[in-house]
Amino acid sequence: MFTALKKGRVAALGVIAVSAAVALAGCSSGSSSPLGSSSSGSAAAGTIVIGSQSYYSNEIIAEIYAQALEANGQTVTRKFNIGQRDAYLPALASGEVTLFPEYSGNLLQFYDKATAAVSASDVYAALKTAVPANLEVLDQSEAADQDSYNVTKAFSEANGVTSIADLAKVSNVTLGGNAELATRPYGPPGLLSTYNVTVGFTPIDDSAGPLTLKALLDNTIQVANIYSADPSIGANDLVTLTDPKSLLLASNVVPLINKDAATPAVTDVINKVDASLTTADLVSMNGESVNDKKSSADIAKEWLASKKLF
Amino acid sequence: MDLFLDGFAWIFDPAHLSGPGGIWARIAEQLSYTFGAVAIAAVIAIPLGLWIGHTGRGRDIAVLSSGGLRALPSLGLLIIFALGIGIGFKAPLLTFVILAIPSLLSGAYAGVEAVDKRTVDAARAQGMTEWQVLTKVELPLGLPLLIGGIRSGVLQVVATATLAYFASGGALGVFINDGLKTRDYAELIGASIVVTALALVLEGIFALLQRLFVPRGVTAGQITEVRSRPVRPRAVVGSPIQEGK
Amino acid sequence: MNWVVNNLGLIWSLTLDHVALAVPPIILGFLISIPIGWVANRFHASRGVLLTISGLLYTVPSLPLFIALPAILGTGILDPINVVVGLTIYAVALMVRSVADALAAVDAGVRQAATAMGYSAWQRFWRVEFPLAGPVLLAGLRVVSVSTVSLVSIGSVVGVSSLGYLFLNGLQRNIIEEVASGIVATLVIAVVFDLLLVLAGRVLLPWAKADPTARRARRKTVETAIAGPSAGGSAVDDPAVSDPSMAGR
Repeated sequence: MFTALKKGRVAALGVIAVSAAVALAGCSSGSSSPLGSSSSGSAAAGTIVIGSQSYYSNEIIAEIYAQALEANGQTVTRKFNIGQRDAYLPALASGEVTLFPEYSGNLLQFYDKATAAVSASDVYAALKTAVPANLEVLDQSEAADQDSYNVTKAFSEANGVTSIADLAKVSNVTLGGNAELATRPYGPPGLLSTYNVTVGFTPIDDSAGPLTLKALLDNTIQVANIYSADPSIGANDLVTLTDPKSLLLASNVVPLINKDAATPAVTDVINKVDASLTTADLVSMNGESVNDKKSSADIAKEWLASKKLF
Repeated sequence: MDLFLDGFAWIFDPAHLSGPGGIWARIAEQLSYTFGAVAIAAVIAIPLGLWIGHTGRGRDIAVLSSGGLRALPSLGLLIIFALGIGIGFKAPLLTFVILAIPSLLSGAYAGVEAVDKRTVDAARAQGMTEWQVLTKVELPLGLPLLIGGIRSGVLQVVATATLAYFASGGALGVFINDGLKTRDYAELIGASIVVTALALVLEGIFALLQRLFVPRGVTAGQITEVRSRPVRPRAVVGSPIQEGK
Repeated sequence: MNWVVNNLGLIWSLTLDHVALAVPPIILGFLISIPIGWVANRFHASRGVLLTISGLLYTVPSLPLFIALPAILGTGILDPINVVVGLTIYAVALMVRSVADALAAVDAGVRQAATAMGYSAWQRFWRVEFPLAGPVLLAGLRVVSVSTVSLVSIGSVVGVSSLGYLFLNGLQRNIIEEVASGIVATLVIAVVFDLLLVLAGRVLLPWAKADPTARRARRKTVETAIAGPSAGGSAVDDPAVSDPSMAGR
């Protein structure tokens, strides 16, 4: 009786262990999923590990890269939604991730806070020398998605504000944007030093998403940092403030790659993609994601088809 | 260990302590969430829990719903509320109220239920009204478990209130998020130390409250030495084997 | 609902990722807690210290822990191991107390009987004390399971794929269904895990239902868990109180 009971127990334990193992195996085989595997460490030789920021628009570009590479016979692992620059660049340097869609101006400011480059071409030239030795940037795209300061039309008309410099004549202005903007050179410190504009700051961590927009529309904040390719700017009639003193750098889409992975088979494909990508494409793809709720994979697929790439 | 030293250095840097976005202000926000949420949850959950415990009605529903509430991921809930309400303190507060309800609810009904039914019957036999039975017998006797429920709710909220920054609701999570976004490990660790210390202080205060407010002689839920003396071979030889009874 | 229908594949694969991150901490936490809980129960002096330390671990906020672990473990920043280790720490923090209480609740007379029958301390533990402690251990494990499943989502903030992705991505794109589907999927996982544990309890612990002593002991533990002991108890939040099997007590 005792042994019978014990056997039953052992068998049951076995069942549980096996089902747990199956569950685990099921998960690791899920690595072909849109969001990639939970596998860790450096990529296996020949596999391109593509990362993306936790920003839906960036994920769409990463997905385009991924599908383009796959169409050209590369093995791709997706590691999307990796926080912000400060979190993923070390992963790129260590080889945990090998390819990342980046934005030239913001990336340059990360490496060189004091950079004087402003125009897209100057930024790109400076960026080439600024990235760490084991990373390199491929060709930059004409598509831009850069930080921009936006106000509501009502605020703009009431205060006569159309440029960042105009903000100096309005008191009690609060700027909203991701938390890290507080310490970025183009954030409140830069507004003060470049334009002599003093603003309060409210961190809103949705990468200029619905919370930022809502806060702007209900006047909780008066100025919002919204990426220029965001369809909500047009949809809500926002006024993007001009930047006469070029505080905000041009920021074009540019692929950042770990040199170990930068074989011609890979770089040719990515450069071809970047040559076809435009700012208008970005705005419309972002709109499809936010308004039509399409997945990044579908959006990427349609874009590649429409450009007749691969 | 350097990381921890850096963390402490960050905390005690005077530049970080005061001011509207300083550590003290963030601690005040963290505590406001904690006590605000637990107070609102208490108004909802304690009367309900007492009623369920007293009447025994609706127990299964309470059990199921509080079980379900516990499994709700706070982050998801907070984001849903923030999308509906917008930024500020409201969405986090609502999330933390929901977080605190299960502990308070189960503390209240388990407290009443744990009272010996014979004691309750004796109270009724003495002619007490149901209200008197609840307030004069069941409530005082169930107090340890009720306070325990409040305590567990408070600790949960104080540890979770760091998420408030997701809805721009302030509190200590602001430092954690900043530290994360800018890889300032000193800030990150420093803020975590503050959160942990806050939880420990609250824990200590509640331990004290439990001692002060529980009527003498009430043992339900008090930690009693359940463990008997170690069993040694001599027990087999000796006469009474009534250890631990 | 349209979003949900169009993204069932995504939800499913994230659910699998979520499960993969939740299962190891629950199992590891249980295994690691047994010796620690045993020591806490066996040596009186160690009880307060061990339970206080484990309670303290539970108060460490999860996000910083996930971020600090790579520095301590030498793992990559995006390595899921960080999340697994972090959640295991919380699981241990919750479970040690359950193990200590479960072992303490084993009837002293039974222990002595086992000794009298000639069991060595080792045999006695595995064949008598551990099985009898089963129902209370199971109650503790259910708490660990729920708490682990709901905590996994925080890992998404540091870039480890789980259902938490739906929260962050849904937030940015303002898709309420996306956030809601993440919440629902998390609930479903928690319920399925709980049912599996209850089922495992029925199969492995057939004596639990029959034995009134065990039921009393479990109830006792549950009460202690809610009220918390005076010495540095953890923020134990205890679905064991809601153990439906106790409803008909």
